[in-house]
Amino acid sequence: MARMKFLCDADRCIECNACVTACKNEHEVPWGINRRRVVTIADGKPGERSVSMACMHCTDAPCAAVCPVNCFYTTADGVVLHSKDLCIGCGYCFYACPFGAPQYPKVGNFGSRGKMDKCTYCAGGPEADGSKEEYEKYGANRLAEGKLPLCAEMCSTKSLLAGDGEIIAQIYKERVLKRGYGSGAWGWKTAYRETIES
Amino acid sequence: MSSFARFIRPAIGAWALLLLIMAVPTPSLAQQVNPTASSVNERQLLQEMDRIQGRVSIPDQRSSVLVQPAGREWREFRNVALRWIGGVAMLGMLAVLVIFYLTRGMVRLESGRSGRTIVRFNTFERFVHWMTATCFVILAISGLNITFGRPLLLPLIGFDAFSEWSQWAKFAHNYLSFPFTIGVVLIFLMWIGGNIPNKVDLEWIKRGGGLIGHDHPPARRFNAGQKGIYWIVVIGGGIVAATGYQLMFPFYLTGIEGMQIAQVVHSIVAVLFIAAMLAHIYIGTIGMEGAFEAMGSGEVDVNWAREHHSLWLDQQSARSGPNDSQPRPRHAASAAE
Repeated sequence: MARMKFLCDADRCIECNACVTACKNEHEVPWGINRRRVVTIADGKPGERSVSMACMHCTDAPCAAVCPVNCFYTTADGVVLHSKDLCIGCGYCFYACPFGAPQYPKVGNFGSRGKMDKCTYCAGGPEADGSKEEYEKYGANRLAEGKLPLCAEMCSTKSLLAGDGEIIAQIYKERVLKRGYGSGAWGWKTAYRETIES
Repeated sequence: MSSFARFIRPAIGAWALLLLIMAVPTPSLAQQVNPTASSVNERQLLQEMDRIQGRVSIPDQRSSVLVQPAGREWREFRNVALRWIGGVAMLGMLAVLVIFYLTRGMVRLESGRSGRTIVRFNTFERFVHWMTATCFVILAISGLNITFGRPLLLPLIGFDAFSEWSQWAKFAHNYLSFPFTIGVVLIFLMWIGGNIPNKVDLEWIKRGGGLIGHDHPPARRFNAGQKGIYWIVVIGGGIVAATGYQLMFPFYLTGIEGMQIAQVVHSIVAVLFIAAMLAHIYIGTIGMEGAFEAMGSGEVDVNWAREHHSLWLDQQSARSGPNDSQPRPRHAASAAE
């Protein structure tokens, strides 16, 4: 079985934010929530790099470990999903997540948190694949249709890679070898406890 | 022919020179431009600071933090350390209380009941106490559910029921924090007068507070043990409230590290608070004869007051006399007449 991962080749990202827009559109993500965002480091300085970041679908995911109601599960593809029916919106996964992936729609007074929302790797949720309920809660389930996450699929510079971890790591290694440089697979050490040596 | 050769030779030479110029400097140019040589490096950035932050063009500026592995330590605390601290504190306190009850038993009223009572806590004081106490119990149960519910309760009642219950527990925890905080503030204000530590307390502690042996060291309205509980409620309650509101209003005051620290402080103080309250509940109910009435009806037996709060009883008697002496001394007085 494949182990699905994201890899952002920061040397190729041009900060066009198309991945962010595509994600919001594909899943009709609620107002105020961004499942994916592009962060520019050392903006305007030499060596500036942009990285597109969302839930990294960690190995031994911290969110799943700290959830008080155990609403997370990992699919056979290594995708970390959660059930909005079980989520109580306590915010603990957000304290534990290294990538700031979980977000909460503001509901009611005092900014109290609603059900958590995060990147699903375009793999929906616990409901039946492609069902109306699944789409309303989690967005499209492209993985069930044999497609990869839209953010990576439509990346204009093919900076953002999604797919089986070994294959995308191989693609990245070949790129680094060919062009002679690479600033590394951002977040991999934190998410998967491994780096791509190049 | 030769003129053509004469013409072509320099042309070939020029071409060869051009090829040479193009072939030679190209690799050296590639070596000069290495875009990653000066680029930001994840490992280096993480070593310099505990997180990587940049700029985002979406309105949510909080999402500008790219990587922040500090959540890992917090996860260790929440899943391992806190469960040990809480388990040892609360079960340890329960064990101490059970052992104490089995060896010492209930602290009896040694002089028996006099049948005369004296007002110890008025209606307002009792209302504030029970409002705070009710909130505390619900806050404690719903809070413990967050820490211990998943390993202990979830396997028993299943995912759906546990989630439903936890959702209500969360609402209760959030909303009852308001009356609880008001209660703590009122407790602080209305009983501060009797809870300033003084010399009498030293004597009381030295003599074991009457818990050990059958001694009855003198005490004013609140003895050293009660003063301890008072300050635990005021300080502990204050810390729990302050950190709790910080978690309830995410990002109003601090970023994510601040909330992690707030959760650590909140949960440690809370479990210690619960352990202390177990002792308070014990001594106020089965631990001491005649103690519950103080917060129940608000009136305690005069003999209880004499044994446990002799200085306070003297003070009160000097002021007005035991209140339920109304029927009796009046009878006695009329009989004397």
